[in-house]
Amino acid sequence: MKLATLLVLLLAVQTLGATTIRVVKGGTVAQAFARAQAGDTVHIAAGVYQETDLVIGVRCTVLGASGAVIDAHKRGSSVISVHADDVLIRGLTIRNVAVAYTEDNAAIKVYDRRRITIERCTVENGYFGIYLSKSEDCTIAYNVLRSSGKEESSTGNGIHLWTSRNILVEGNDVRGWRDGIYFEFVHHGTVLSNHSESNNRYGLHFMFSDSCSYKHNAFVNNGSGVAVMFTHEVYMEDNLFQDNWGDAAYGILLKEITRGHMVNCRFVRNSIAIHAEGATSILIEGCEFRYNGYAMRMMGNCIGNTIRNCVFDGNTFDVTTNSTTSLNTFHRNFWSAYEGYDLNKDGIGDVPHHPVRLYSMLVEQIPSSVMLMHSLFISILDVAEQVMPSVTPETFVDVSPRMRPPRSRP
Amino acid sequence: MIGKLLGFALKDIARSKWVLLYVFFFILLTEGLLRFTAGEAKTVVGLMNIVLLLIPLGASMFGTLHLHNSREFIELILTQPVRRSSVFAALWLGVVIPFLAAFTLGVGIPMAAHGLIADPTIVALMVSGNVLTIVFFALSFLVGIVIADKAMSMGVAFVMWLFFAVLYDGLILWVSVQYADYPLEEATIAMVVLNPVDLARIVVTLTSDHAALMGYTGAVFNQFFGTMRGILISAGSLVLWTAVPLWFAKRAFDKRDW
Repeated sequence: MKLATLLVLLLAVQTLGATTIRVVKGGTVAQAFARAQAGDTVHIAAGVYQETDLVIGVRCTVLGASGAVIDAHKRGSSVISVHADDVLIRGLTIRNVAVAYTEDNAAIKVYDRRRITIERCTVENGYFGIYLSKSEDCTIAYNVLRSSGKEESSTGNGIHLWTSRNILVEGNDVRGWRDGIYFEFVHHGTVLSNHSESNNRYGLHFMFSDSCSYKHNAFVNNGSGVAVMFTHEVYMEDNLFQDNWGDAAYGILLKEITRGHMVNCRFVRNSIAIHAEGATSILIEGCEFRYNGYAMRMMGNCIGNTIRNCVFDGNTFDVTTNSTTSLNTFHRNFWSAYEGYDLNKDGIGDVPHHPVRLYSMLVEQIPSSVMLMHSLFISILDVAEQVMPSVTPETFVDVSPRMRPPRSRP
Repeated sequence: MIGKLLGFALKDIARSKWVLLYVFFFILLTEGLLRFTAGEAKTVVGLMNIVLLLIPLGASMFGTLHLHNSREFIELILTQPVRRSSVFAALWLGVVIPFLAAFTLGVGIPMAAHGLIADPTIVALMVSGNVLTIVFFALSFLVGIVIADKAMSMGVAFVMWLFFAVLYDGLILWVSVQYADYPLEEATIAMVVLNPVDLARIVVTLTSDHAALMGYTGAVFNQFFGTMRGILISAGSLVLWTAVPLWFAKRAFDKRDW
């Protein structure tokens, strides 16, 4: 009891020791940052501050009042650079970050730091948004990030992480960047409940970022969807991949991904929902594929993947491959194209389902035959092939297809 | 003169109730697809499949049948002092105009009711349907006039439909498989342009969302149809498919001893 009292007193003294620096209209943020001592709080009142190249050099808390805007007017380099550990930045709005082709200018840039929190900030018209490099134990939460670049080359990434560990990215709303969320060499990252939409290239892009998890995110209408590469131990749950439609757009492109787990994800109206190349030992379960062009395009170098309890409904092609054998397992999925029966009423069809259509094999082998899409002749061929399979890979088979979709999640 | 003859022909068609049935069929079909399929893209694909099958089939069968059924009318009218070419023109326009109107209304009314009438894919579909109506009535008139026996000409019209709507794609596929090692894009374009049904299918597909699924080949086609040259070549093919059969049909009509 006494110990607890003592502790509370100590904390109070600590708080008393720290000062609060207020920046009001007419003052500058740069002065406030320069004056700040370790543990201080910098309050920035509403108003537009026309500053850039700001540096936070000590452990402190920066709080922006609503309407506190730092406008860089496309000048200088990064707007705020964090050069200290244990910094919290909350509620600031940062505008018009300078575009540079030799330097990654960001609204907030963190280099080689620990325990940085950036939350409820807004970036408008950024080049890069929030940029972390060689940092650990940081949180990027509930920020609203907007950019309006039209070309991939003149926009940066909304949230850009390079060689970082233990980062939480939560509840951000990211639109109009090159890549919405970009990870390279990031380990133990957690990406929760973010919304990444209308980015020029990818909604989410990561490479060499092992042991990260992605939950409850939405990746909608991005130029090329989502691309993830060269990574082990990826956990993805309840993400939405929607309306990523175009010649080179993927719901998700899995390239050289191993030991991944994808559960309860939804793929709606993507031109290619999952394109897998060199994906091995991935478990895909409980996912929904609806109204996609291709639901799953699995190249021959995908090995040991399991697809179970998924729903394939209304896709133009359910599964396509360029290989005649498959080392992957499909079972207990629901296929809207399944035409079998269930005599013993256990909910599992009595005849196996071959999800690869003859025509989809043809398209993979002779690309120009794609021009026969929706032709009656092709439908007749497909029916004939389904009755007596001769060309389609015998091993691409769901031996226990469901008669009805698995009960949807609450 | 031709106006009066056309009036007779139109009245005749109106009495037969086929056109009304045709309108209601397309209204029901379009409305049904709009209501019961998930998403606009699916509706368009469903509608396109039916339009590409049924319009050529209907026009082939009905055109041939109509000529044979109008035999007494033709014989009677030809005893009058009228030019044969006017009679032929009136007969042809007399079926084509009602069927064009029927298709346009049958698809157009439900689409307009759902606010989709200005959608490029729907426009492409309706234009294609109209063009196919014109082309296949031209072909069916040729068959109906050249072959005097009713059963025989119906059979030939059916085989003609089978060729354009189904077998021709088999031919394209066969060529694609045989010459798979060669770049086939231009050859495929040539083959597609030569068949009005395929041409219609490709144009509708390329205007729809499904264009994104067609990859490189689709891009080549898009580029072709995006140029004035491509448009002129396709339009030229369709005009030829209408004008050549009509010209031969008219010649046969002029010469035939009724």
